[in-house]
Amino acid sequence: MGVPAQKQTATEALLSTLTLPTAGCTRSAREAALARLREMGVPGRRDEYWKYTRPDTLIAPEAPRAATFHTDEPMMFDAIDRLKIVFVDGVFDAEASDALEMDGVRIERIEDICCKDIHWAKDLYGVLEARGQSPVPRPLAALNTAFAGDGIAIHVTGKPSKPISLIYRHASESSDALLHHVIRVESGAEVTILENGPAASRFNKCMEIDIADGGTLHHVRAQGRDHERRAVTHMFTRLGAGSVYKSFTLTVNGVLTRNEQVVELTGDEGVAHVAGACVGDGDFHHDDTVFVTHDAVNCESRQVFKKVLRNGATGVFQGKILVQPGAQKTDGYQISQSLLLDDDSQFLAKPELEIYADDVACSHGSTSGAIDETALFYLRSRGVPQKEATDLLTLAFLAEAVEEIEDEALAADIVSRLEGWLARRA
Amino acid sequence: MLEIKNLHVKLEEEDKQILKGVDLTVEAGKVHAIMGPNGSGKSTLSYVLSGRDGYEVTEGAATLSGADLLEMEPEERAAAGLFLAFQYPVEIPGVGNMTFLRTAVNAQRKARGEEELSAADFLKEVRAKAKALKIDADMLKRPVNVGFSGGEKKRNEILQMAMLEPKMCILDETDSGLDVDAMKLVAEGVNALRDAGRGFLVITHYQRLLDHIKPDVVHIMADGRIVKSGGPELALEVENNGYADILAEVN
Ligand SMILES: Nc1ncnc2c1ncn2[C@@H]1O[C@H](COP(=O)(O)OP(=O)(O)OP(=O)(O)O)[C@@H](O)[C@H]1O
Ligand SMILES: [Mg+2]
Repeated sequence: MGVPAQKQTATEALLSTLTLPTAGCTRSAREAALARLREMGVPGRRDEYWKYTRPDTLIAPEAPRAATFHTDEPMMFDAIDRLKIVFVDGVFDAEASDALEMDGVRIERIEDICCKDIHWAKDLYGVLEARGQSPVPRPLAALNTAFAGDGIAIHVTGKPSKPISLIYRHASESSDALLHHVIRVESGAEVTILENGPAASRFNKCMEIDIADGGTLHHVRAQGRDHERRAVTHMFTRLGAGSVYKSFTLTVNGVLTRNEQVVELTGDEGVAHVAGACVGDGDFHHDDTVFVTHDAVNCESRQVFKKVLRNGATGVFQGKILVQPGAQKTDGYQISQSLLLDDDSQFLAKPELEIYADDVACSHGSTSGAIDETALFYLRSRGVPQKEATDLLTLAFLAEAVEEIEDEALAADIVSRLEGWLARRA
Repeated sequence: MLEIKNLHVKLEEEDKQILKGVDLTVEAGKVHAIMGPNGSGKSTLSYVLSGRDGYEVTEGAATLSGADLLEMEPEERAAAGLFLAFQYPVEIPGVGNMTFLRTAVNAQRKARGEEELSAADFLKEVRAKAKALKIDADMLKRPVNVGFSGGEKKRNEILQMAMLEPKMCILDETDSGLDVDAMKLVAEGVNALRDAGRGFLVITHYQRLLDHIKPDVVHIMADGRIVKSGGPELALEVENNGYADILAEVN
């Protein structure tokens, strides 16, 4: 089946502005990804998977301009002791970064490993992304694999003492950044990865995570508050037996954010939790697209997504749990909820279960509603002013997602950002 | 203290009159009880006084220490000293009971221009008062009323009242769902707050609570009106004979 002419034209228009990086070990992976992209074509508005989110600005040959964002408030995770790796408009900034050294982990720039012949990253770069193209195509991830200009490879062999913090900075109003990171967590190793910051006017980020048997990866990410930027991110995660993956994303503002999580549980007794809390106003558009595949026995997966929307903001959730034949004793949970603070905002949800094993417990729920008037009155009757009461209930609504963060200091930082967002409301 | 005059209330959404001219005055230092058949309008009265949406006052007035209650937002009424112990306390998932109490106490202090209570002082006070009501530390940590038993919810209402120290306390069937011992605890909680500056309006179906909280005046409410008022003996009459005689007499 060929790519429709219109899609082909759009794909070639985008490709005409890009050059394939030539050097090193990712070369063949990039070429293969480019071929995949050409086969799929860029996403179009008629694609079922893009029904609720317009891909136009993500595939336009030129990135739409976006104002940079400045604030006097302390930066995210400022109080957390961490190893900092800084990217400005998608380019690694060695001076602003810490030395890429820590016990239990080896960190390299993708660019720097390119010359070496044998490297674990070669077996990961583009591999999980390619696996994740079926059953649903994710052309923007293939685009990323092919053209990513920078990124890092993290090899976790022990238990590094501090989180690794990827810090993104947006400096130019016309920046168009593609970053591709690969992470391998060895058996019994454990790491926390943080990501934060406005990355670029248009940001396409892909992360491939391979967790070996008994490995653990925690991921906490904060996106925002640069409102005009557009971002599409993919996280492809493969879990081995008894391994743990816990990911939480906070998104504050943004005219377009699409976060895809593709999780594959391939070993028995794996645990994968993906969660997100987002808050947005007006032309805010946020899309969480999650695909969790259970392909082993006794695995647990949780999807917990909460969105607070006001002044006409839009939230999207497309979440799927696929239980493969033989994946018995699967425990799959999915909840997506939105709190609409006015009648103009909307939440579009498509929760799906596809189950080919008989001994499984899967549940999913999706709701969308206003503030609970009874609870609001109860609080007010105790003297709590309306706005404060509304804020308290809003934070309570988000709590189930925030509680997915295990580290208390990180969770507290996230809560304080949410409080800040609520406080800034007129 | 609390003065209700000729209060007429209908539902906002429907053409249904619920209160049809309530007259009632609770003086400072006094305990008034309201009894009355199901559906006579007792809870409606308490909701209207505390400012719940969905009701329309078509006639009459209600004041607290001379201030017009009906003009105020619910939180202003609370800061002015009005408290309602709900017949059906509300569950608030995600909000810790302790956070809820501290937010409420400090919001009221702020509204009255007083200093906020320090975390340490608050903790000390809440622990002491919770202990008196046999509310354990776990219940203070849990989300407000979520998973509380019926009796625990009612004790939690009294804890809130004890912390907020309101001037005018309305208790809507706080005794229902309480076991005998819990009823005593609740009554002790109420009695501990009784003083010359504070008024109580106790809505109940049973004499039993009134054995512990001695009312000064008992009112009978029927079909949206106070149809009879008297001393504590009126409650005993209801307990023994039901409402039939009283209703027949006033009709
Ligand atoms: N929001 C509402 N919608 C419809 N009917 C209502 C509403 N609120 C109150 N009512 C009706 O008003 C009447 C009075 O109700 P209310 O709850 O005040 O009675 P009550 O005296 O407290 O009864 P009980 O002793 O059973 O608690 C009832 O007939 C009730 O059904
Ligand atoms: Mg009632």
